[in-house]
Amino acid sequence: MASHWRRIGIGLWLLGVAAAPLSGDNYVIKIATFVAFYGALALSWNFIGGYAGYPSFATAAFVGLGSYAGALCQNAGVPMVLSWGLAAGVTAIAAAALGFVVLRLRGHYFAIGSIALVEILSLIASWWSGLTGGGEGLNVTILPGGPVFIARFFLYAMLAIVVLALVATVLVERGRLGFGLRCIAQNEDAAEMVGVPTTLYKVLAFVLSGVFCGAAGAAYASWVAYIAPTDAFSILLTVKVPVMVLLGGPGTVFGPLLGSSALVLLEETVWARFLEFHQAILGAVIVALIFFLPGGLLGLAGRVRKSA
Amino acid sequence: MSALLELTGVSKRFGGIDAVRGVDLRVERGEIIGLIGPNGAGKTTLVNLITGVHRATAGTVRFEGADVTAQRPHEAARRGLARTFQIVQPFPQMTVLENVMAGSLFAGASATPAIAREDAMQHLERVGLGAQAHRPAAILTLPSRKRLELAKSLAMKPRLLLLDEVNAGLNTSEIDGALELIRSIAADGVTIILIEHLMKVVLSLSQRVLVLHQGALIADGPPRAVVDDPRVVEAYLGARFAARFAQHPTEASRA
Ligand SMILES: Nc1ncnc2c1ncn2[C@@H]1O[C@H](COP(=O)(O)OP(=O)(O)OP(=O)(O)O)[C@@H](O)[C@H]1O
Ligand SMILES: [Mg+2]
Repeated sequence: MASHWRRIGIGLWLLGVAAAPLSGDNYVIKIATFVAFYGALALSWNFIGGYAGYPSFATAAFVGLGSYAGALCQNAGVPMVLSWGLAAGVTAIAAAALGFVVLRLRGHYFAIGSIALVEILSLIASWWSGLTGGGEGLNVTILPGGPVFIARFFLYAMLAIVVLALVATVLVERGRLGFGLRCIAQNEDAAEMVGVPTTLYKVLAFVLSGVFCGAAGAAYASWVAYIAPTDAFSILLTVKVPVMVLLGGPGTVFGPLLGSSALVLLEETVWARFLEFHQAILGAVIVALIFFLPGGLLGLAGRVRKSA
Repeated sequence: MSALLELTGVSKRFGGIDAVRGVDLRVERGEIIGLIGPNGAGKTTLVNLITGVHRATAGTVRFEGADVTAQRPHEAARRGLARTFQIVQPFPQMTVLENVMAGSLFAGASATPAIAREDAMQHLERVGLGAQAHRPAAILTLPSRKRLELAKSLAMKPRLLLLDEVNAGLNTSEIDGALELIRSIAADGVTIILIEHLMKVVLSLSQRVLVLHQGALIADGPPRAVVDDPRVVEAYLGARFAARFAQHPTEASRA
């Protein structure tokens, strides 16, 4: 996609989410906050899944870890935003350590290994009840202030995380790391032979895909003020985020934002009316993606322009 | 001064197969060496042992005096050990130019993608792919892919270039072009090990020829002497034919 179209798209997206409070409707603000939350997760997944081409299902592991780390810090008296920063740091360290293990695997094996991380961390959160409250969950200190203030605060907090993830994406894409990751996605052995330090780069991509999830997870925990293992380490979320990126256009800057907002809005509009079809719709989107949209919506835009 | 490359007792075993057995080899700076041997002799495996793709089961590999036996391929690339693949390995969805940029950026001297782009363009012009720079690598013909492999490894600023059958599948006029190119690369001071089945190419380029047979180095010397060596003839033709040719050594050398 031409870069000025891309910039316009990103600008409109940010403006649209930021302008949600103008509606004066708390429901709209809540949806916009979800759009930003999933936008941050999709941008995160894009580093490992889009640029490096590793089919990661570790998103919920990072989100869950970040939400517990942030909640525990906050409950221990650490100021809220600092807790999010610490949660991001904890998630980054965990991603680096886990990355060295699971990134030895390739293809389907990596996918299975990454989904196992979600299950393992979820089990730890359930068992270690002395720390995490176990299956009963954990209440998080509530931010003082009225509901209108709180709604806006968390919208802009999520949006700030999106902006950080966007900046990181643009820097990665323009630099050596992004180039090396694209080489890895296409032919890892050849990448190694031209001098790409593939293990280091994959771990860096995995850390980047973890750090913003950790921050967003912590912010989410503060927002909803309660977390439990099954919500924090949600298998549905770990599948949904890659679908969002594939829907928008993997390995691009705008694709993850486009795909995540499209899916959230689709779910919200259809959700209210056909509650029981929620999972079926996600399934239909996945099937449509596989058969009709290999390059995502951005790829479709490119094809339309070419044939015109 | 130490040799550019020095192998001592290098062996590689895959399961029950001894692909390379006890190879001792010194390569001096500026040499052009031909490496020949029948199919399955272990030539590609030897390249893989020198460039860190495989780790030797025994023996040591030294490059510029340093023990590099356990190096990873990307470390080899950064040290100046570049190789082309017998089975070409492009980045299919990247353009031809981006393929070469990768070599320049990660193993060559280019600090940024912008610098790598300029550098890569020059290497593409040199191998005659300038006009294809912006096309996807996946649509190149086989001879062009071989040239792309070469441009990519040139962009890596190699000290030692290992060419694994870069000329296979080329027609006569293309081979003449390739010979020219390899000579000019050598003239820039790059040491070259050339794996080839085409004797014409080996004889016209190499100052020294190595023969690998069933993983062992059975000959090492000037091209003519090596080609006339009865053990080499035997390796290629089998013992019975070798005995018959031994009575007509001039014919054997033409084979
Ligand atoms: N990765 C591997 N795993 C198992 N065996 C291997 C591997 N690579 C090579 N071999 C075996 O090692 C031996 C040497 O193979 P190699 O590819 O080095 O030969 P070559 O001289 O390059 O042959 P060619 O002229 O056909 O390219 C063969 O018997 C081959 O089957
Ligand atoms: Mg070979």
